[in-house]
Amino acid sequence: MDTNNQNAVKGVGDWFRWHLSKFVVAPSFLMILFFVYGFILWTGYMSFTKSKMLPIYNFEGILQYVKLWKQPTWLASFENLFVFGSLFIAVAIAFGCILAIFLDQKIRGEGALRTIYLYPMAISFIVTGTAWKWILNPGSGIEKLVQSFGFENFEFDWLVDPDYAVYTLVIAAVWQASGFVMALFLAALRGVDGEIIKAAQLDGASISRIYMVIILPTLRPVFLSSFVILTHMAIKSFDLVVALTGGGPGNASWLPANFMFEMTFRRNQIGQGAASAMIMLATVLAIIVPYLYSELREKKHG
Amino acid sequence: MSSFKRNSTLKALLLGGVVLGCASAAQAQPTAEVLHYWTSGGEAKAVKALKEDFEANGGKWVDAPVAGGGGDAQNAVLRSRVLSGDAPAAVQIKGPNIRNWAEAGALADLDAIGKEEGWDDILPPLLQDIVKFDGHYVAVPVNIHRVDWIWANPEVLAKVGADVPTTWAEFNETAEKLKAAGITPLAHGGQPWQDATIFETVVLGIGGADFFNKAFVDRDLDTLRSDTMKKVFDQMRIIRGFVDDDFSGRDWNLATAMVMNGKAGMQIMGDWAKGEFLAAGKKPGVDFVCAPTPSEGGYILNSDSFAMFDVKGDDNKSGQALLAKLILGEKFQETFNVYKGSIPARMGVAKAKFDDCAIKSMNDLEAASSKGTLVGSAAHEISTAGAVRGAIMDVVTEHFNSDMSSDDAVNKLAEAIELAL
Repeated sequence: MDTNNQNAVKGVGDWFRWHLSKFVVAPSFLMILFFVYGFILWTGYMSFTKSKMLPIYNFEGILQYVKLWKQPTWLASFENLFVFGSLFIAVAIAFGCILAIFLDQKIRGEGALRTIYLYPMAISFIVTGTAWKWILNPGSGIEKLVQSFGFENFEFDWLVDPDYAVYTLVIAAVWQASGFVMALFLAALRGVDGEIIKAAQLDGASISRIYMVIILPTLRPVFLSSFVILTHMAIKSFDLVVALTGGGPGNASWLPANFMFEMTFRRNQIGQGAASAMIMLATVLAIIVPYLYSELREKKHG
Repeated sequence: MSSFKRNSTLKALLLGGVVLGCASAAQAQPTAEVLHYWTSGGEAKAVKALKEDFEANGGKWVDAPVAGGGGDAQNAVLRSRVLSGDAPAAVQIKGPNIRNWAEAGALADLDAIGKEEGWDDILPPLLQDIVKFDGHYVAVPVNIHRVDWIWANPEVLAKVGADVPTTWAEFNETAEKLKAAGITPLAHGGQPWQDATIFETVVLGIGGADFFNKAFVDRDLDTLRSDTMKKVFDQMRIIRGFVDDDFSGRDWNLATAMVMNGKAGMQIMGDWAKGEFLAAGKKPGVDFVCAPTPSEGGYILNSDSFAMFDVKGDDNKSGQALLAKLILGEKFQETFNVYKGSIPARMGVAKAKFDDCAIKSMNDLEAASSKGTLVGSAAHEISTAGAVRGAIMDVVTEHFNSDMSSDDAVNKLAEAIELAL
């Protein structure tokens, strides 16, 4: 009897220990399932309804999507996303990579420099946006400063020019993110096998050739992960626009996230907002899924 | 054992609930939870006046401020509260949004108190339309702001020998003179709602009140595409030449400051701008002048109001009725509107405590109301719901910030409004 009982207790204890990890993970798993995926589904359903101020649950087909692609402001925000996104990602990766290579030259004060470059990442986009708004405003920032040096004809008014406002977003976002990309690259550079480089040097390869042919190709995973991180940063950019340009001049620098917020929360057009949110999700998926697919396939083969 | 324990805990909880319930029923103090976004400066002061008035009349005020100008944040809170069946008693909502909530069946019927207080006789007809749904009162107006004002610096205008313009041609002339004298003619902030504010004053000025209503209330597509509307956009293009280079994204109060310190001659803005002048110790008629924007006796009205939601419980219901009565009472209308810089929403309030601009606004309101030239603001969500207002703002601001032709602009305006419906 006793031993049986003990065995049973031991069995329960073992069972419990065996499944402990699952118990620990379960609450957060359920919460993510509900609050992330559940609400994605809900938003998806909303995008097929005529919901305005309050949710309406009658299915109406793709009406909201048809309307969405007729909205000039949506088309403009979507175009801005591609301009902003591609420039931001390309420039931030190029900058981060170059900074990392320079810092990797065993220079003095590297620790301090690294912190300085990485520090913008610790600042919120609102602060970045506000500071750059002052710097880029022709009446108070760079333009006024250079003009006060005596260059009266100097002009730098991108912030107030509807055709160029979106590029000011790139400037501020690159400033914020390139330090982070640099850190990623620096870590990877430290991991490159010194023996290979020495061998290449013995063979008489120049420094630039060593970097181009040997080192950078080994950094491919870092390129990919920075690409993915920066892509989702670009697509969810919202606060930077609010702080830096306010979406203006006019609506020239809206991004899809701003459109979604405006429709859902200011104009009582939940259906339109949901449809734009689904398009944003589809854009992210279109970029992330091929990446995940290729990564996972490689692992299987490797 | 354990089940017994649980049972007794449950009983204790239930008992506690009953006791609590009895306690609150025994008091039956009129209670009202007020959801609002008046959290800054003069507005906070104004809302405090209401709270004190309410408490002096034996009510229990539950304050629920949601910071974040414009009420976007409040809107989100309100939606979730109503959907979960826990609506606050009074919520700061304006214009057609009241109608939307009434259509959803969420608002209370205030006819009893309205009859008792004679609201039909003291409220301007246009305001009655706004706060009534299906002929029943569902909200109470708090104040009236006039949108079509020019705020001018008389010293600056005197430099070029000009007075405050009374026609748009005169406006352009004066502005050219100011420009030639190296002064920014029009202080303006490039934000969509500010562009739309100027736009609607031009619509009223060039098209008149009937045209204004046909365009924004009836949303008649031919009117929106008409030659008169093209002229409106032509004037907007001219006005674009009168603002300084750094206007993009500037807040309205910074533009007001430009008029105050003589950097600019005029600003077109609602009478909340007056608060900025007064706060800086400027005197109306001396340091600054207020005059209506050019129009044939028109008046663009903006009004804040409290929508009354359907609440449960006698204490909440009586609190709501008391609040509604106090809001439209003479005493509160006076104190509140002196703080806020607006004018009373009801007629028959003593004018003694108000400044000259406010008195002019009251007189003009009565005149416009009887002449039929009183219109509800489109830029501030009185004659238009959020979606239509947004569509107007999109086109107006795009036109103002690009070289779009007036022909394109009227077509885009009509298309955008059609899409928003």
